[in-house]
Amino acid sequence: MTTLSAPATTRRRRAKAPGGASGLWSATPMTRLILAVTIIISAFPLYYMIVIASRTNTEATDMPPPFLPGGNLGENVHRVLTNPDAHYLAGLTNSLIIAATVTVSVVLISTFAGFAFARLNFRGGKILLLLVLLTMMVPLQQMGIVPLYRLMVSLEWVGSIKAVILPYLLNGFGVFLMTQYTQQAVPNELVEAARVDGASTLRIWFNVVLPAVRPGMAVLGINTFMLIWNDFMWPLIVLTPDNPTVQVAINSLNAKYGTDYVLIFSGTLMSILPLIVVFILFGRQIIGGLMEGAVKA
Amino acid sequence: MSLHVDAGRPTRAPMPPGRRHVRPRSGRSFLTWLDLKAAPYLLVSPYYLLFLIFGLFPLGFTLYYSFFDYDLTGTVEWTGLGNYTAMLGDADFWKAVVNTLAMFVIATVPQILLALLLANALNKRIKFQLFVRLGVLLPLVTSVVAVAVVFTQLYGRDWGVVNWILSWFGADPIDWKAQRLPSWIAIATMIDWRWTGYNAIIFLAGMQTIPKDLYEAASIDGASRRRQFWQITIPMLRPTMIFVVLNSTIGGLTLFSEPTTFYNGNVHGGSDSQFQTVSMFIFEQGFREFDYGYASAAAWLLFLLILVGSAINFLLIRRIGGNK
Repeated sequence: MTTLSAPATTRRRRAKAPGGASGLWSATPMTRLILAVTIIISAFPLYYMIVIASRTNTEATDMPPPFLPGGNLGENVHRVLTNPDAHYLAGLTNSLIIAATVTVSVVLISTFAGFAFARLNFRGGKILLLLVLLTMMVPLQQMGIVPLYRLMVSLEWVGSIKAVILPYLLNGFGVFLMTQYTQQAVPNELVEAARVDGASTLRIWFNVVLPAVRPGMAVLGINTFMLIWNDFMWPLIVLTPDNPTVQVAINSLNAKYGTDYVLIFSGTLMSILPLIVVFILFGRQIIGGLMEGAVKA
Repeated sequence: MSLHVDAGRPTRAPMPPGRRHVRPRSGRSFLTWLDLKAAPYLLVSPYYLLFLIFGLFPLGFTLYYSFFDYDLTGTVEWTGLGNYTAMLGDADFWKAVVNTLAMFVIATVPQILLALLLANALNKRIKFQLFVRLGVLLPLVTSVVAVAVVFTQLYGRDWGVVNWILSWFGADPIDWKAQRLPSWIAIATMIDWRWTGYNAIIFLAGMQTIPKDLYEAASIDGASRRRQFWQITIPMLRPTMIFVVLNSTIGGLTLFSEPTTFYNGNVHGGSDSQFQTVSMFIFEQGFREFDYGYASAAAWLLFLLILVGSAINFLLIRRIGGNK
């Protein structure tokens, strides 16, 4: 009895001590309030998207505005899909093709380069890596926009999704991330042991590096997919409205039917569904990757 | 986990020094050379090939074009610094610069403070930790265009939720798109809604690397929680802060999607360009006016702006964090 109660009393005493350290990490009502309000503000615009997308235009422009979903979602979605100016389905398909192709390529290219920079010694390697870091600071998309467009014109690629995919493959962040990740996940001894056993560089990449860096590839893949799915400026320039990405399709709706709110909101709602799926499936990895990357950078 | 992946052969303990594997030299020497010396270059070559075509080439040509009068009709005429001097006297360009800087400041300052507050709350012991973090990060899954569409509706003059809430306090409806400051505020809230949670998670990661002993020692010395936040957390967060601020600087100064969508997909930025950013100005010059030379010069001035902005912010953060 006495031995059991002794630790309990010390624990209680420590918690009560003025300015005690163990109370430092416990949540106060203020903490809970801040977090609750944040989550409500985070979720509200998404919820409001559903509200307006499921109403009629007369209801959407009511005063006070509606705050509960209505029953017109199916009809609105149908109007988006059949809208002659938006080419919405083509946009959705194009965005999926573009985002998937770019994601797979960027992850592969970055994993190759990351392995070389992290675990192979070669002349000029350090300088080449520094170059990657420097280019991460340059907003290439804005800077190179005119020559890139002229390049696509002379290749006669304007209006084709090739013109969107290829420039996106350049991703310095990916190389940086995979270099960091390989350094941490693949011990040097493992690579050397495989060498001693006579494995070629490519074989080491495939059999030693690839299994170990898979979590890093997942993080990079998710990031890249979301980035490409959301991008707007370059597709707007290089694609035509009849063969758009989904963001360009929404832009066409927005430009031509500015006051048809339920139409635009339904299109917008559908455009974020793939991202919501990614978020639900990989939420834990997204947060883990963000937090890890932030501390290392 | 990854110990027996080596081609099915069990990996042995490291061999004693001196017994290193010697490869046959004769006929296989080219293959060996290829494998050991050339492989690293082959592995990094896809990235640099892309970099040459889609990075270096456009950058160089942007610089080259910026010295020419170059438009859609195909006239290419050397003007030297003509585009640059014309731009320095172009009121529209300066208006875009002021708009960009103003929106950047209006968006970034509250965003960093809120993100710090939020990260501090997330750093406490809370229930449903993953759920709460995902909730904070939720705005990140919406596309920028989607955010802008929703907020444009919320900021509507006649039927917007924001004006409706303001009307409870007897305020007259504000025409958010028509005036300069209201439009800046509307666009800044779009940016903040999307990025505050993201930055809070980044700050949280930084906070979790701070040794807890520091706080315990400070509490024993009688330092209040607030004092601990300002004197331990903030200085120790300096590296993370630099990362966040530089990221926000690049993102904020290249702002494009939100203001464009706010004006129904038009890059003019309002009837009087009251919220046209430099990126939109480049787009308008290059792809609406088809004045490629002028747009290229504007792109280089934007780059200069980003360099100066990053340098100022970098120095600022270093000073705020103290010199310990």
